[in-house]
Amino acid sequence: MASTAGGSASTLLDVRNLTVRFRTRDGVVQAVSDLSFTVRRGETLGVVGESGSGKSVTSLAIMGLLNRNYADVTGQILFEGTDLLTLTPAQLRQVRGRDVSMIFQDPFACLHPMYRVGSQIAEAVRAHNSVSKSTAWDRSVELLRAVGIPNADVRAKDFPHQFSGGMRQRAMIAMALANNPQVLIADEPTTALDVTVQAQILELIDRVKKQFDVGVILITHDLGVVAETASHVLVMYGGRAMEYGPSTEIFNGAQHPYAWGLLESMPTVERRMEVLVPIEGSPPSLLNPPSGCPFHPRCKYRFGRCDQDVPRLEQMAGGHLDSCFLPSERKREEWQKRISRDLGVAS
Amino acid sequence: MTMAPSTSAEHRAGHGPLVELDHLTKNFAVKQGVFAHGKGIVHAVEDVSLTVNRGETLGIVGESGCGKSTTARLMVRLLEPTSGTIRFDGEDISTLSSRRLRPLRREMQIIFQDPYSSLNPRKSVGQIIGEPFAIHRTEKDIKSRVQELLARVGLNPEHYNRYPHEFSGGQRQRIGVARAFALRPKLIVCDEPVSALDVSVQAQILNLLKSLQAEFGLTYVFISHDLSVIRQVSDRIAVMYLGRVVEIGQSELLYEHPRHPYTAALLSAVPRPESNGSTARQRIVLSGDVPSPVDPPSACVFHPRCPRFHRGKCDVDLPPLQQFEGEHQAACHFPVERWPMTAEELASGGTAPSAAA
Repeated sequence: MASTAGGSASTLLDVRNLTVRFRTRDGVVQAVSDLSFTVRRGETLGVVGESGSGKSVTSLAIMGLLNRNYADVTGQILFEGTDLLTLTPAQLRQVRGRDVSMIFQDPFACLHPMYRVGSQIAEAVRAHNSVSKSTAWDRSVELLRAVGIPNADVRAKDFPHQFSGGMRQRAMIAMALANNPQVLIADEPTTALDVTVQAQILELIDRVKKQFDVGVILITHDLGVVAETASHVLVMYGGRAMEYGPSTEIFNGAQHPYAWGLLESMPTVERRMEVLVPIEGSPPSLLNPPSGCPFHPRCKYRFGRCDQDVPRLEQMAGGHLDSCFLPSERKREEWQKRISRDLGVAS
Repeated sequence: MTMAPSTSAEHRAGHGPLVELDHLTKNFAVKQGVFAHGKGIVHAVEDVSLTVNRGETLGIVGESGCGKSTTARLMVRLLEPTSGTIRFDGEDISTLSSRRLRPLRREMQIIFQDPYSSLNPRKSVGQIIGEPFAIHRTEKDIKSRVQELLARVGLNPEHYNRYPHEFSGGQRQRIGVARAFALRPKLIVCDEPVSALDVSVQAQILNLLKSLQAEFGLTYVFISHDLSVIRQVSDRIAVMYLGRVVEIGQSELLYEHPRHPYTAALLSAVPRPESNGSTARQRIVLSGDVPSPVDPPSACVFHPRCPRFHRGKCDVDLPPLQQFEGEHQAACHFPVERWPMTAEELASGGTAPSAAA
């Protein structure tokens, strides 16, 4: 498997050939197939994909939050050399929330409505440190202050319903930071928020990344968010990696027809596009995935082998990886002639 | 600004505005309940005057709680205004009874945000789309009309007897479009019609709406919090904040040179792929959250968050909408001089109250 930087000193998380299958009444759902990527310290990996692309399942697998009675998880998730998939539940509990922590999409659903915000954060502190309640409370006030809650010492005594959406998300981030994690997974952290508040939260995540020197996995469906915050991008579709590499590479020369489709179908605030080019059809059912490349039924460029063989992620000339059978000259040509023109990217 | 009511002759000829809102206000009373601390009034829509012209798309953009959906619901009289008037096709409909409204209902339709909850799961697609015909008794052969509609919105006419759960989100929204379009209304209010959809599917629905508009000369009021989507679909745009229209104008003028600091901040806050992660674009980050519409700030409602707030002016005088280029209007004492601007430039600018340009 072509992994960009296996085992370099700054690599925090090294996911290798991750495959997740769910056993359901209707059959086996292959949610994630043969996925590999790395997260380094001080770096943000943006995971982009539509609903059902497997991006959230990937994050739950890393957090060890998938119920093993229903989910088969294979492959390796190496956190600083330890395979998280081999840990016992007790060992995993030590890692989860301390070394790897997570921010969820809906901050209202993730805070207990009947406990004060401060005590919920203090609970996260006490879960991994044997400190007194008052020390934990002080730490939670400090954390709330760090994430930009005004009057943190007073507001810590508030209940979640007294917080606005943006403040709740800040509180969730404070909770995720409670034990100085190494890896922070943010699953659609701004989807439920307004644009102006989204800008605040994205800035906060970026500041936290620098200040605490963590590796961030930012899961989103919004390419704009990824372009602004991520140093690396992983594009997922139908549970597989379509394209993976530095974000400048991908936004200046995407190589996969699905990535083109995403870029072309997205309206931009910069200008009114002549036409929006949608990707026809709808995302595949993972219960009954298409043969070969998962994208082939919707792909304008499909040819002979696309419906038979599954393309592997391969190293491209530009330094990023993509999984498509189109010859690379053809892809370069398409990007330069058509896609970059449609997008108005000077190249 | 007061709009002279257009003559009905003009309307019959198909010219002039389709919808005119004049000083429209909607308040909701907060009911006193077990947990409520007392009565209050939610100022959902405050003194909104705008027009929707025939055949155009008016975009209404703003953050949650800014009153954009309430405005749209007032327009189609799903709500009764507290004060002000609503004219639809030249007729004052602000206080019409529901009985009198019924014949007008077929002229105005809504496409809702959530394609999951807006379709009755117990009815087949044929029943859902056929319902408007049944209610208004306009067709004899409902089935063939529905199948025509299904084909027009890009669904298989043979799916007539299927149920909503058998369709994907995008397909369900096509059903929603077909239902709204069934009676060939004059006005369709699209309330966040693509927010719940994936990007690749979003473009399909936007293109479908556009082609229907081109073919049948429909008028749309398009509500969205997504500034990129709004730009793509709208001819004119109204930006709302805390129940008020703070800026309104032709789409291109407004995006090329926003005049209201709130619009400027909104535009700069949108993450965009063009920045390529390399060019650090100047983002104007507003502090704080949108205040509660129960107790909105005095004078200019945006002043507590405004980067160019001037004490003694913005918190005392309510800025009226003033005219700029074309039909572009903004309600600000210190409008943005040029665009783009950095956060510092925006904050330092506007030393003297400017007259209308």
